[in-house]
Amino acid sequence: MSTEVVEEKTIKKASEPLLSKRRKKIISDPLNEENPVTIQVLGICSALAITIKMEPTIIMSLAVIFTMVFSNLLISLIRNYVPNRIRIIVQLAVVALFVTLVSEFLKAFNYPMYKVLGAFVGLIITNCIVMGRLEAFAMGNKPYDSILDGLGSGLGYSWIILAVAFFREFLGSGSILNFKVFEALNIPYVNNGLMVDSIGAFMILAIIIWIQRTKTGYVEQ
Amino acid sequence: MRQSNTYIIIFTLITTVFVGGTLAFTSIMLGPRQAISIEYDTKSQILGAVMNITKNDDVLGIYDKRIVSFVVNSKGELVEKDDKGQPLVAEKVDVSKNFKLKPEDRLLPVFKYVSESDSTKVEAYILPTYGNGLWNRIWAFIALDANFETVKGISFGHLQETPGLGARISEDPVISERYVGKKIYNEKGELVSVDMVKGEKGEPLDPHHVDGMSGATLTGTGVNEMIKQYLNSYEAYFEKVKSQKVAGL
Repeated sequence: MSTEVVEEKTIKKASEPLLSKRRKKIISDPLNEENPVTIQVLGICSALAITIKMEPTIIMSLAVIFTMVFSNLLISLIRNYVPNRIRIIVQLAVVALFVTLVSEFLKAFNYPMYKVLGAFVGLIITNCIVMGRLEAFAMGNKPYDSILDGLGSGLGYSWIILAVAFFREFLGSGSILNFKVFEALNIPYVNNGLMVDSIGAFMILAIIIWIQRTKTGYVEQ
Repeated sequence: MRQSNTYIIIFTLITTVFVGGTLAFTSIMLGPRQAISIEYDTKSQILGAVMNITKNDDVLGIYDKRIVSFVVNSKGELVEKDDKGQPLVAEKVDVSKNFKLKPEDRLLPVFKYVSESDSTKVEAYILPTYGNGLWNRIWAFIALDANFETVKGISFGHLQETPGLGARISEDPVISERYVGKKIYNEKGELVSVDMVKGEKGEPLDPHHVDGMSGATLTGTGVNEMIKQYLNSYEAYFEKVKSQKVAGL
Protein backbone atom coordinates (compact mmCIF):
# COMPACT_ATOMS: atom_id res chain seq x y z
CA MET A 1 0.00 0.00 0.00
CA SER A 2 2.89 2.33 0.65
CA THR A 3 3.97 1.87 -2.94
CA GLU A 4 0.94 3.77 -4.15
CA VAL A 5 1.87 6.80 -2.14
CA VAL A 6 5.38 6.77 -3.62
CA GLU A 7 3.92 6.36 -7.06
CA GLU A 8 1.79 9.43 -6.60
CA LYS A 9 4.83 11.52 -5.73
CA THR A 10 6.96 10.41 -8.64
CA ILE A 11 4.33 11.15 -11.26
CA LYS A 12 3.32 14.75 -10.89
CA LYS A 13 2.48 16.14 -14.26
CA ALA A 14 0.25 19.08 -14.98
CA SER A 15 -2.33 17.28 -17.09
CA GLU A 16 -2.94 13.59 -16.86
CA PRO A 17 -5.65 11.91 -18.96
CA LEU A 18 -8.83 11.19 -16.99
CA LEU A 19 -8.23 7.50 -17.33
CA SER A 20 -4.49 7.20 -17.68
CA LYS A 21 -2.73 3.88 -17.36
CA ARG A 22 -1.89 4.61 -13.74
CA ARG A 23 -5.47 5.52 -12.93
CA LYS A 24 -6.84 2.44 -14.64
CA LYS A 25 -4.48 0.47 -12.46
CA ILE A 26 -5.95 2.13 -9.35
CA ILE A 27 -9.32 0.71 -10.32
CA SER A 28 -8.22 -2.66 -11.64
CA ASP A 29 -5.69 -3.63 -8.97
CA PRO A 30 -8.26 -4.19 -6.22
CA LEU A 31 -10.29 -6.37 -8.55
CA ASN A 32 -7.66 -9.03 -8.65
CA GLU A 33 -4.06 -8.66 -7.50
CA GLU A 34 -4.81 -6.35 -4.59
CA ASN A 35 -8.28 -7.66 -3.86
CA PRO A 36 -9.36 -6.51 -0.40
CA VAL A 37 -11.24 -9.71 0.40
CA THR A 38 -9.20 -12.49 -1.10
CA ILE A 39 -5.68 -11.07 -0.91
CA GLN A 40 -5.80 -8.70 2.03
CA VAL A 41 -8.49 -10.83 3.71
CA LEU A 42 -10.48 -7.83 4.93
CA GLY A 43 -14.24 -7.49 5.23
CA ILE A 44 -14.77 -11.21 5.73
CA CYS A 45 -17.48 -10.76 8.35
CA SER A 46 -19.93 -9.11 5.99
CA ALA A 47 -18.91 -11.46 3.18
CA LEU A 48 -20.25 -14.25 5.36
CA ALA A 49 -23.26 -12.52 6.80
CA ILE A 50 -25.15 -11.16 3.82
CA THR A 51 -24.32 -13.57 1.03
CA ILE A 52 -27.11 -16.12 1.53
CA LYS A 53 -29.17 -14.57 -1.25
CA MET A 54 -28.05 -12.40 -4.15
CA GLU A 55 -30.60 -9.61 -3.76
CA PRO A 56 -29.38 -8.30 -0.39
CA THR A 57 -25.81 -8.83 -1.58
CA ILE A 58 -26.37 -6.49 -4.53
CA ILE A 59 -27.80 -3.82 -2.23
CA MET A 60 -24.91 -4.31 0.16
CA SER A 61 -22.39 -4.00 -2.70
CA LEU A 62 -23.95 -0.74 -3.84
CA ALA A 63 -23.94 0.54 -0.27
CA VAL A 64 -20.26 -0.30 0.17
CA ILE A 65 -19.27 1.22 -3.18
CA PHE A 66 -21.20 4.40 -2.36
CA THR A 67 -19.66 4.63 1.09
CA MET A 68 -16.13 4.00 -0.17
CA VAL A 69 -16.27 6.44 -3.06
CA PHE A 70 -17.71 9.29 -1.04
CA SER A 71 -15.71 8.81 2.14
CA ASN A 72 -12.54 8.53 0.05
CA LEU A 73 -13.50 11.74 -1.72
CA LEU A 74 -14.35 13.65 1.43
CA ILE A 75 -11.27 12.51 3.33
CA SER A 76 -9.08 13.32 0.34
CA LEU A 77 -10.56 16.82 0.13
CA ILE A 78 -9.85 17.55 3.78
CA ARG A 79 -6.67 15.48 4.05
CA ASN A 80 -4.44 18.51 4.45
CA TYR A 81 -6.53 19.92 7.28
CA VAL A 82 -7.04 16.79 9.36
CA PRO A 83 -4.91 16.90 12.51
CA ASN A 84 -2.74 13.83 12.54
CA ARG A 85 -3.56 12.85 16.10
CA ILE A 86 -7.29 12.52 15.55
CA ARG A 87 -7.26 11.36 11.93
CA ILE A 88 -8.69 7.92 12.69
CA ILE A 89 -11.62 9.44 14.58
CA VAL A 90 -12.26 11.84 11.71
CA GLN A 91 -12.18 8.96 9.24
CA LEU A 92 -14.58 7.04 11.41
CA ALA A 93 -16.97 9.99 11.59
CA VAL A 94 -16.89 10.38 7.81
CA VAL A 95 -17.53 6.69 7.19
CA ALA A 96 -20.31 6.69 9.78
CA LEU A 97 -21.87 9.70 8.08
CA PHE A 98 -22.17 7.99 4.71
CA VAL A 99 -23.19 4.65 6.15
CA THR A 100 -25.98 6.28 8.14
CA LEU A 101 -27.11 8.12 5.02
CA VAL A 102 -27.31 4.82 3.13
CA SER A 103 -29.19 3.26 6.00
CA GLU A 104 -31.70 6.14 6.20
CA PHE A 105 -32.34 6.05 2.45
CA LEU A 106 -32.79 2.31 2.51
CA LYS A 107 -35.28 2.65 5.37
CA ALA A 108 -37.27 5.19 3.38
CA PHE A 109 -37.26 3.57 -0.04
CA ASN A 110 -36.71 -0.15 0.42
CA TYR A 111 -37.95 -1.07 3.86
CA PRO A 112 -38.01 -4.86 3.33
CA MET A 113 -34.32 -4.74 2.38
CA TYR A 114 -33.65 -2.47 5.33
CA LYS A 115 -35.05 -5.16 7.58
CA VAL A 116 -32.93 -7.86 5.96
CA LEU A 117 -29.70 -5.88 5.93
CA GLY A 118 -30.48 -3.64 8.92
CA ALA A 119 -27.58 -4.21 11.24
CA PHE A 120 -25.16 -5.10 8.46
CA VAL A 121 -25.45 -1.78 6.68
CA GLY A 122 -24.50 -0.13 9.96
CA LEU A 123 -21.62 -2.54 10.24
CA ILE A 124 -20.07 -1.18 7.03
CA ILE A 125 -18.54 1.33 9.44
CA THR A 126 -16.46 -1.45 10.90
CA ASN A 127 -15.68 -2.94 7.49
CA CYS A 128 -11.91 -2.81 7.56
CA ILE A 129 -11.74 -2.20 3.81
CA VAL A 130 -13.31 1.24 4.06
CA MET A 131 -11.11 2.50 6.89
CA GLY A 132 -8.13 0.79 5.35
CA ARG A 133 -8.50 2.67 2.06
CA LEU A 134 -9.03 5.99 3.82
CA GLU A 135 -5.90 5.57 5.88
CA ALA A 136 -3.75 4.06 3.15
CA PHE A 137 -4.91 5.99 0.12
CA ALA A 138 -7.24 8.93 0.59
CA MET A 139 -5.07 10.53 3.28
CA GLY A 140 -2.22 10.85 0.78
CA ASN A 141 -3.82 11.26 -2.63
CA LYS A 142 -5.80 13.75 -4.66
CA PRO A 143 -9.62 13.63 -4.70
CA TYR A 144 -10.09 12.23 -8.20
CA ASP A 145 -7.59 9.41 -7.66
CA SER A 146 -9.24 8.68 -4.35
CA ILE A 147 -12.64 8.34 -6.00
CA LEU A 148 -11.12 5.84 -8.43
CA ASP A 149 -9.50 3.97 -5.58
CA GLY A 150 -12.78 3.81 -3.68
CA LEU A 151 -14.56 2.61 -6.79
CA GLY A 152 -11.90 -0.03 -7.45
CA SER A 153 -11.86 -1.37 -3.90
CA GLY A 154 -15.64 -1.29 -3.72
CA LEU A 155 -15.91 -3.27 -6.95
CA GLY A 156 -13.21 -5.64 -5.77
CA TYR A 157 -15.22 -6.34 -2.63
CA SER A 158 -18.47 -6.53 -4.58
CA TRP A 159 -17.52 -9.08 -7.18
CA ILE A 160 -16.22 -11.45 -4.54
CA ILE A 161 -19.32 -11.29 -2.34
CA LEU A 162 -21.55 -11.51 -5.41
CA ALA A 163 -19.70 -14.62 -6.53
CA VAL A 164 -20.06 -16.13 -3.07
CA ALA A 165 -23.75 -15.17 -2.96
CA PHE A 166 -24.37 -16.65 -6.39
CA PHE A 167 -23.11 -20.08 -5.38
CA ARG A 168 -24.71 -19.95 -1.94
CA GLU A 169 -28.14 -19.05 -3.29
CA PHE A 170 -27.85 -21.46 -6.21
CA LEU A 171 -26.77 -24.45 -4.16
CA GLY A 172 -28.39 -23.51 -0.85
CA SER A 173 -31.82 -22.35 -2.02
CA GLY A 174 -31.82 -23.68 -5.59
CA SER A 175 -32.51 -20.24 -6.99
CA ILE A 176 -30.84 -17.28 -8.67
CA LEU A 177 -32.16 -13.87 -7.62
CA ASN A 178 -35.15 -15.63 -6.07
CA PHE A 179 -35.92 -17.39 -9.37
CA LYS A 180 -36.27 -21.09 -8.62
CA VAL A 181 -33.96 -22.55 -11.24
CA PHE A 182 -34.34 -26.23 -10.50
CA GLU A 183 -38.13 -26.04 -10.22
CA ALA A 184 -38.32 -24.23 -13.55
CA LEU A 185 -36.17 -26.89 -15.20
CA ASN A 186 -38.05 -29.70 -13.47
CA ILE A 187 -34.88 -31.14 -12.01
CA PRO A 188 -35.28 -32.61 -8.53
CA TYR A 189 -32.79 -30.89 -6.25
CA VAL A 190 -32.38 -31.06 -2.50
CA ASN A 191 -31.15 -27.74 -1.14
CA ASN A 192 -27.73 -27.94 0.42
CA GLY A 193 -28.11 -26.70 4.00
CA LEU A 194 -24.36 -26.28 4.34
CA MET A 195 -24.43 -23.46 1.80
CA VAL A 196 -26.99 -21.51 3.80
CA ASP A 197 -24.72 -21.76 6.82
CA SER A 198 -21.63 -19.55 7.19
CA ILE A 199 -19.51 -22.64 6.59
CA GLY A 200 -20.67 -22.63 2.98
CA ALA A 201 -19.46 -19.05 2.58
CA PHE A 202 -16.06 -19.97 4.00
CA MET A 203 -15.76 -22.88 1.61
CA ILE A 204 -16.67 -20.88 -1.48
CA LEU A 205 -14.44 -18.02 -0.41
CA ALA A 206 -11.58 -20.46 0.12
CA ILE A 207 -12.11 -21.98 -3.31
CA ILE A 208 -12.08 -18.52 -4.93
CA ILE A 209 -8.88 -17.63 -3.06
CA TRP A 210 -7.35 -20.95 -4.09
CA ILE A 211 -8.11 -20.44 -7.80
CA GLN A 212 -7.00 -16.84 -7.66
CA ARG A 213 -3.71 -17.55 -5.93
CA THR A 214 -2.94 -20.43 -8.26
CA LYS A 215 -3.34 -18.03 -11.17
CA THR A 216 -1.53 -15.02 -9.74
CA GLY A 217 1.09 -17.01 -7.84
CA TYR A 218 0.52 -14.82 -4.77
CA VAL A 219 2.05 -16.16 -1.57
CA GLU A 220 1.53 -14.81 1.95
CA GLN A 221 4.76 -13.31 3.20
CA MET B 1 -0.36 24.83 13.95
CA ARG B 2 -2.15 21.69 12.71
CA GLN B 3 -1.09 19.83 15.83
CA SER B 4 -2.08 22.42 18.42
CA ASN B 5 -4.85 21.58 20.83
CA THR B 6 -6.88 24.62 19.85
CA TYR B 7 -6.79 23.58 16.20
CA ILE B 8 -7.82 20.04 17.05
CA ILE B 9 -10.73 21.20 19.19
CA ILE B 10 -11.97 23.60 16.52
CA PHE B 11 -11.57 20.96 13.82
CA THR B 12 -13.47 18.42 15.90
CA LEU B 13 -16.26 20.92 16.55
CA ILE B 14 -16.65 21.72 12.86
CA THR B 15 -16.62 18.03 11.94
CA THR B 16 -19.23 17.21 14.57
CA VAL B 17 -21.52 20.04 13.55
CA PHE B 18 -21.18 19.12 9.88
CA VAL B 19 -21.77 15.40 10.35
CA GLY B 20 -24.55 15.90 12.90
CA GLY B 21 -26.22 18.58 10.82
CA THR B 22 -26.19 16.49 7.66
CA LEU B 23 -27.64 13.50 9.45
CA ALA B 24 -30.30 15.52 11.25
CA PHE B 25 -31.31 17.15 7.97
CA THR B 26 -31.56 13.79 6.17
CA SER B 27 -33.49 12.28 9.01
CA ILE B 28 -36.06 15.08 8.97
CA MET B 29 -36.32 15.06 5.18
CA LEU B 30 -36.80 11.31 4.95
CA GLY B 31 -38.95 10.97 8.07
CA PRO B 32 -42.38 11.11 6.38
CA ARG B 33 -41.28 8.76 3.63
CA GLN B 34 -39.93 6.28 6.22
CA ALA B 35 -43.19 6.47 8.14
CA ILE B 36 -45.09 5.46 5.00
CA SER B 37 -42.68 2.58 4.39
CA ILE B 38 -43.10 1.33 7.93
CA GLU B 39 -46.90 1.66 7.79
CA TYR B 40 -46.93 -0.27 4.53
CA ASP B 41 -44.73 -2.94 6.06
CA THR B 42 -46.84 -3.31 9.22
CA LYS B 43 -50.05 -3.54 7.25
CA SER B 44 -48.55 -6.08 4.85
CA GLN B 45 -47.55 -8.21 7.82
CA ILE B 46 -51.01 -7.99 9.40
CA LEU B 47 -52.67 -8.93 6.12
CA GLY B 48 -49.98 -11.53 5.52
CA ALA B 49 -51.57 -13.64 8.25
CA VAL B 50 -54.68 -14.17 6.13
CA MET B 51 -53.55 -13.75 2.54
CA ASN B 52 -50.50 -13.96 0.34
CA ILE B 53 -49.32 -10.44 -0.32
CA THR B 54 -47.53 -9.87 -3.61
CA LYS B 55 -45.63 -6.78 -4.63
CA ASN B 56 -48.41 -5.53 -6.88
CA ASP B 57 -51.12 -5.64 -4.23
CA ASP B 58 -52.61 -2.39 -3.06
CA VAL B 59 -51.87 -3.19 0.57
CA LEU B 60 -53.11 0.09 2.02
CA GLY B 61 -56.33 -0.10 -0.01
CA ILE B 62 -57.10 -3.67 0.99
CA TYR B 63 -56.25 -2.85 4.57
CA ASP B 64 -58.65 0.10 4.73
CA LYS B 65 -61.43 -2.02 3.27
CA ARG B 66 -60.96 -5.26 5.16
CA ILE B 67 -59.43 -4.46 8.54
CA VAL B 68 -61.29 -3.04 11.54
CA SER B 69 -58.92 -2.44 14.39
CA PHE B 70 -59.17 -1.56 18.06
CA VAL B 71 -57.33 -2.17 21.32
CA VAL B 72 -58.33 -4.30 24.30
CA ASN B 73 -56.70 -4.96 27.66
CA SER B 74 -56.00 -8.29 29.34
CA LYS B 75 -59.52 -8.29 30.86
CA GLY B 76 -60.95 -8.16 27.37
CA GLU B 77 -62.26 -4.62 27.76
CA LEU B 78 -62.10 -2.10 24.99
CA VAL B 79 -59.44 0.57 25.58
CA GLU B 80 -60.11 3.76 23.68
CA LYS B 81 -57.71 6.23 25.23
CA ASP B 82 -54.08 6.01 26.28
CA ASP B 83 -52.60 7.29 29.57
CA LYS B 84 -52.59 10.84 28.31
CA GLY B 85 -56.18 10.70 27.17
CA GLN B 86 -55.29 10.57 23.47
CA PRO B 87 -57.33 8.24 21.26
CA LEU B 88 -55.55 4.92 20.78
CA VAL B 89 -54.83 3.69 17.28
CA ALA B 90 -54.29 -0.07 17.12
CA GLU B 91 -51.67 0.20 14.37
CA LYS B 92 -49.66 2.66 16.44
CA VAL B 93 -49.58 0.51 19.57
CA ASP B 94 -45.96 -0.57 19.96
CA VAL B 95 -46.23 -4.26 20.73
CA SER B 96 -42.52 -4.46 21.51
CA LYS B 97 -42.87 -1.80 24.23
CA ASN B 98 -45.94 -3.45 25.69
CA PHE B 99 -44.07 -6.76 25.72
CA LYS B 100 -41.80 -5.32 28.40
CA LEU B 101 -44.78 -4.65 30.70
CA LYS B 102 -46.42 -7.28 32.88
CA PRO B 103 -48.84 -9.39 30.78
CA GLU B 104 -51.87 -7.97 32.64
CA ASP B 105 -50.80 -4.37 31.90
CA ARG B 106 -50.29 -4.78 28.17
CA LEU B 107 -52.37 -3.10 25.53
CA LEU B 108 -53.55 -5.72 23.07
CA PRO B 109 -54.45 -4.63 19.54
CA VAL B 110 -57.05 -6.64 17.65
CA PHE B 111 -57.35 -6.54 13.87
CA LYS B 112 -60.67 -7.83 12.61
CA TYR B 113 -60.54 -9.12 9.06
CA VAL B 114 -64.03 -8.54 7.76
CA SER B 115 -65.87 -9.92 4.78
CA GLU B 116 -65.50 -7.99 1.55
CA SER B 117 -69.26 -7.60 1.07
CA ASP B 118 -70.40 -7.22 4.67
CA SER B 119 -68.15 -5.29 7.02
CA THR B 120 -69.95 -6.60 10.12
CA LYS B 121 -69.15 -10.21 9.28
CA VAL B 122 -65.80 -11.19 10.73
CA GLU B 123 -63.75 -13.69 8.75
CA ALA B 124 -60.75 -13.74 11.04
CA TYR B 125 -59.25 -12.11 14.09
CA ILE B 126 -55.61 -11.15 13.59
CA LEU B 127 -53.62 -10.79 16.80
CA PRO B 128 -50.05 -9.55 17.20
CA THR B 129 -47.72 -11.60 19.38
CA TYR B 130 -44.22 -10.82 20.50
CA GLY B 131 -41.42 -12.75 22.16
CA ASN B 132 -37.80 -13.77 22.33
CA GLY B 133 -36.20 -16.04 19.79
CA LEU B 134 -32.76 -17.51 20.13
CA TRP B 135 -30.71 -14.38 19.42
CA ASN B 136 -33.17 -11.55 19.49
CA ARG B 137 -36.82 -10.59 19.28
CA ILE B 138 -39.38 -12.46 17.22
CA TRP B 139 -42.99 -11.57 16.48
CA ALA B 140 -45.98 -12.92 14.64
CA PHE B 141 -49.47 -12.03 13.56
CA ILE B 142 -51.75 -14.98 14.18
CA ALA B 143 -55.14 -15.17 12.49
CA LEU B 144 -57.94 -17.09 14.24
CA ASP B 145 -61.33 -17.93 12.82
CA ALA B 146 -64.50 -16.18 14.02
CA ASN B 147 -64.96 -18.76 16.84
CA PHE B 148 -61.38 -18.33 18.11
CA GLU B 149 -60.75 -22.03 17.63
CA THR B 150 -58.87 -22.65 14.44
CA VAL B 151 -55.70 -20.98 13.22
CA LYS B 152 -56.36 -19.47 9.81
CA GLY B 153 -52.85 -18.30 9.21
CA ILE B 154 -49.76 -16.82 10.78
CA SER B 155 -47.02 -14.49 9.58
CA PHE B 156 -43.76 -14.46 11.45
CA GLY B 157 -41.05 -11.87 11.69
CA HIS B 158 -37.69 -11.90 13.40
CA LEU B 159 -34.72 -9.69 13.95
CA GLN B 160 -31.69 -11.95 14.06
CA GLU B 161 -32.53 -15.63 14.00
CA THR B 162 -29.95 -17.89 12.38
CA PRO B 163 -30.20 -17.76 8.58
CA GLY B 164 -31.45 -21.03 7.16
CA LEU B 165 -32.39 -22.37 10.61
CA GLY B 166 -34.45 -20.17 12.92
CA ALA B 167 -34.87 -17.53 10.24
CA ARG B 168 -37.03 -19.99 8.35
CA ILE B 169 -40.03 -18.85 10.42
CA SER B 170 -40.30 -15.84 8.15
CA GLU B 171 -38.44 -17.02 5.06
CA ASP B 172 -39.85 -20.47 4.49
CA PRO B 173 -43.61 -20.39 3.73
CA VAL B 174 -43.84 -24.06 4.74
CA ILE B 175 -43.42 -23.15 8.42
CA SER B 176 -46.43 -20.83 8.59
CA GLU B 177 -48.54 -23.14 6.40
CA ARG B 178 -48.12 -25.87 9.02
CA TYR B 179 -50.13 -23.79 11.49
CA VAL B 180 -53.17 -23.47 9.25
CA GLY B 181 -56.11 -25.53 10.53
CA LYS B 182 -54.59 -26.20 13.95
CA LYS B 183 -56.82 -25.85 17.03
CA ILE B 184 -55.93 -23.73 20.04
CA TYR B 185 -58.55 -25.30 22.40
CA ASN B 186 -58.58 -28.97 23.39
CA GLU B 187 -61.72 -31.15 23.77
CA LYS B 188 -62.21 -29.98 27.35
CA GLY B 189 -62.32 -26.40 26.18
CA GLU B 190 -58.94 -25.48 27.68
CA LEU B 191 -56.65 -23.09 25.87
CA VAL B 192 -53.64 -25.22 24.95
CA SER B 193 -52.15 -23.16 22.10
CA VAL B 194 -50.26 -24.72 19.23
CA ASP B 195 -46.78 -26.01 19.90
CA MET B 196 -43.92 -26.62 17.55
CA VAL B 197 -42.31 -29.96 18.34
CA LYS B 198 -38.59 -30.66 18.48
CA GLY B 199 -37.08 -32.01 15.29
CA GLU B 200 -38.47 -32.10 11.80
CA LYS B 201 -40.03 -35.46 11.09
CA GLY B 202 -42.52 -34.63 8.39
CA GLU B 203 -45.15 -36.83 10.06
CA PRO B 204 -48.75 -35.76 10.59
CA LEU B 205 -49.36 -34.47 14.12
CA ASP B 206 -52.39 -33.88 16.35
CA PRO B 207 -54.29 -30.57 16.01
CA HIS B 208 -52.25 -28.88 18.75
CA HIS B 209 -48.78 -29.51 17.39
CA VAL B 210 -46.85 -28.56 14.29
CA ASP B 211 -43.65 -30.05 12.93
CA GLY B 212 -40.43 -28.47 14.23
CA MET B 213 -37.58 -26.82 12.44
CA SER B 214 -34.48 -28.93 12.16
CA GLY B 215 -31.58 -27.24 13.93
CA ALA B 216 -33.72 -24.46 15.37
CA THR B 217 -35.17 -25.94 18.54
CA LEU B 218 -34.55 -22.82 20.60
CA THR B 219 -36.24 -20.54 18.09
CA GLY B 220 -39.12 -23.02 18.15
CA THR B 221 -39.31 -22.82 21.95
CA GLY B 222 -39.43 -19.04 21.68
CA VAL B 223 -42.22 -19.24 19.12
CA ASN B 224 -44.23 -21.60 21.36
CA GLU B 225 -43.88 -19.40 24.41
CA MET B 226 -44.75 -16.31 22.43
CA ILE B 227 -47.96 -17.75 20.99
CA LYS B 228 -49.05 -19.34 24.26
CA GLN B 229 -48.43 -16.20 26.30
CA TYR B 230 -50.35 -13.93 23.98
CA LEU B 231 -53.25 -16.31 23.43
CA ASN B 232 -53.59 -16.41 27.23
CA SER B 233 -53.62 -12.62 27.33
CA TYR B 234 -56.30 -12.49 24.68
CA GLU B 235 -58.38 -15.26 26.25
CA ALA B 236 -60.51 -12.88 28.31
CA TYR B 237 -61.33 -11.04 25.11
CA PHE B 238 -62.26 -14.30 23.34
CA GLU B 239 -64.65 -15.17 26.17
CA LYS B 240 -66.28 -11.75 26.09
CA VAL B 241 -66.90 -11.91 22.37
CA LYS B 242 -68.20 -15.46 22.59
CA SER B 243 -70.68 -14.55 25.31
CA GLN B 244 -71.62 -11.41 23.35
CA LYS B 245 -71.33 -9.31 26.48
CA VAL B 246 -69.57 -6.40 24.88
CA ALA B 247 -70.87 -4.42 21.99
CA GLY B 248 -68.42 -3.06 19.46
CA LEU B 249 -65.78 -5.75 19.86
